[in-house]
Amino acid sequence: MTPDPIGILALQGNVQAHARMLAQLGRSARPVYRPADLDGLAGLILPGGESTTLSQLLRRDGLDRAIADFADHHPVLGTCAGLILMCTRTNDARVNPLGLLTAEVDRNHYGRQRESFIASLEGSHFPGMRAAFIRAPAVRARAPLEVLATHAGLPVALRQGRHVGCAFHPELGRDARVHEYWLGLA
Amino acid sequence: MTWNLASRFEADEFQLKRGLAEMLRGGVIMDVTDAGQARIAEAAGAVAVMALERIPADIRRDGGVARMSDPALIQSIQAAVSIPVMAKCRIGHFAEAQILQALAVDFIDESEVLTPADEEHHIHKWDFAIPFVCGATDLGEALRRIGEGAAMIRTKGEAGSGNIVEAVRHLRRIHTQMRELTRLEPGQLMSAAKQLGAPYELVCYVAEQGALPVPNFSAGGVATPADAALVRQLGAEAVFVGSGIFRSEDPAARAAAIVRATTHFEDPAVLAEVSHGLKGAMPGLELGGLPDEQRLAKRGW
Repeated sequence: MTPDPIGILALQGNVQAHARMLAQLGRSARPVYRPADLDGLAGLILPGGESTTLSQLLRRDGLDRAIADFADHHPVLGTCAGLILMCTRTNDARVNPLGLLTAEVDRNHYGRQRESFIASLEGSHFPGMRAAFIRAPAVRARAPLEVLATHAGLPVALRQGRHVGCAFHPELGRDARVHEYWLGLA
Repeated sequence: MTWNLASRFEADEFQLKRGLAEMLRGGVIMDVTDAGQARIAEAAGAVAVMALERIPADIRRDGGVARMSDPALIQSIQAAVSIPVMAKCRIGHFAEAQILQALAVDFIDESEVLTPADEEHHIHKWDFAIPFVCGATDLGEALRRIGEGAAMIRTKGEAGSGNIVEAVRHLRRIHTQMRELTRLEPGQLMSAAKQLGAPYELVCYVAEQGALPVPNFSAGGVATPADAALVRQLGAEAVFVGSGIFRSEDPAARAAAIVRATTHFEDPAVLAEVSHGLKGAMPGLELGGLPDEQRLAKRGW
């Protein structure tokens, strides 16, 4: 039996890279534009993009509440801007997070694009993974969050229940470990 | 200096440049001339702003030499918003680009809207840590810019005109030329590279993938939500809006409407809703009678 498709929030951001990664793992993807698009999905990815833009478009059509309900029963993966949207609090009043991860997040923690970098991850789950941090956020994690990976002492990949958030972009490049791990939580 | 383009594309630095371009997909990048406009753009849902002293419609009206903006203006806009801030330098003016890099702008637009500084060479963009976007009117021009290190391509359109016709022409041409390459046999690609005036390796990439190796956005002449939806349906992955917002009668409402139209570009019901009751768009220029020397899209090569 073919598993249900994975949804990718398609309001704005790098949808294609996540779809490519899912295809590499043999899973089909479907874009999510409105609440009804969540029906029949096995899980949802919130991609990288601009969190201020995404937050505003989410609220406009009630997709923020629909995703919060969906997340009660299905896994969600958020990367970079997606992670910001999943947290309970941000340092920016322009973003209304969904509260799926018990964490506080600082947008653009490292600075502007000039300060973006690629580094090898440390920690228990994805050691050595080459991870792109692009105008990346930083997270202050609290229980019951599990830290899956760190960089320079900061938590950069987190799990709470079936939800995973990454400060970096696991969808860029060819290393599918994060997506594979998250799909395994479903 | 390596002659192998593929290895340059796989280097960390280029991955970061192209990565930022990819994060802007599906969004709207808005021209702003002060911090107040930048805040309006961000609140309306812009994914980035382009900081410049004069919008293209005014540059067109004023004439004279158009240059990089004052760093003080760029910094005031950087301080006002949290989204990426882009800025323009003149074609070939690598010293302006060095200054923009020192200011830590997030993206540099080597732009035909400003007066070209070099009539023979564009900037060697591999020398910079900051990503560049460049305009193109056809596939050969797009691939030459990518060969020089551009991490994003946009159509030139006809900036400051409020007329979408040139952006449509450029998008259709680039996509038609890409489709044609995918139908060629490997033995025909060197000849195609010669005809396009494009690097052979990039011609091979497009023939195999049917797409550019960097995101392809649209710019020049977008004035309405319908314009944004049109270029998105023609294959543009995101939309730059120059004069179209802050030259209209209600910038905040128009900006939000264009953002929503860029997202829901395939949903006519949403497009009708966001187009409803917007106050006047920018006046716009009919381009048929515009002499060649006044056409910004003719700048660059």
